[in-house]
Amino acid sequence: MSLVARHLEANGIPTVVIGTARDIVEHCGVPRFLFVDFPLGSPCGTPFDAEMQRDIVERGLSLFDSATEPGTTSELALTWPNGEGWKETIFTPEQPFLSEEAVKNWEVRKQRYREQQVGSS
Amino acid sequence: MEHVRYIERIRDYYIAQGYEKSYEWAHFDEIPFTSLGKPLSECRVTLLSTSDVSVVRADDASLSDEELTVGAVYSLPWSTPPETLYSRQESYDRYATSLDDINAYLPITRLEELVSAEVIGSVTERFHNVNRGYSKRLMMETAAPAALERCREDNADVALLVPV
Repeated sequence: MSLVARHLEANGIPTVVIGTARDIVEHCGVPRFLFVDFPLGSPCGTPFDAEMQRDIVERGLSLFDSATEPGTTSELALTWPNGEGWKETIFTPEQPFLSEEAVKNWEVRKQRYREQQVGSS
Repeated sequence: MEHVRYIERIRDYYIAQGYEKSYEWAHFDEIPFTSLGKPLSECRVTLLSTSDVSVVRADDASLSDEELTVGAVYSLPWSTPPETLYSRQESYDRYATSLDDINAYLPITRLEELVSAEVIGSVTERFHNVNRGYSKRLMMETAAPAALERCREDNADVALLVPV
């Protein structure tokens, strides 16, 4: 998504990225980034907490006004409601990131992509 | 607690599983920047996500080609009732959270509320999904231009991007 943001921005459309993987987004480099220190899957706030979500989205949009240079990162002082244990366990052998079904689906997508590449060459 | 260093964490995770080559994340020294041309309260905002959002199907109708093609961008009407949408995304922390609330990663209702509050001028008639792929070339040469085309078709002034 960072690559898309860069392309839109380079072609005249200002962008804001709201995301949870700070190092990945900053490694790529995007114009404006609101970092939300929440688990992958909840960049705009806790599920079903509309007030929090609205605050996060509004803070993200405020970067259109406040950011004056590319590579601006803003961070909200928020803590995941169920604690920060997820930070210790994400991408560890104890918690396989993808379910077995998701791994199978990924293999199907990969195969489909390869067939499309062959078909288009 | 410090934020998660995903690049290191993911590299170690897959090395432990026997993968020999670690993924090289995109990196650039230069970052483009376009200033806002008018007040945010007058801007038309579009939304792009990688949530792989789809409309719940009453039957077993298969997904469209564009929903299934890596590197493709597809769009849905913003007026689609949120309760009829779901995410097919499987890459998220399934132990810590859920994708049961669309607005936690595809904030279509929240953005409508910000139109009512006059924080932004309007939203586009559609929101967009970018089908993520591992190939940086595919994302830069196919997905990104497709996303730009949709933004232009929708006369978007600015874009909010939410990677899931």
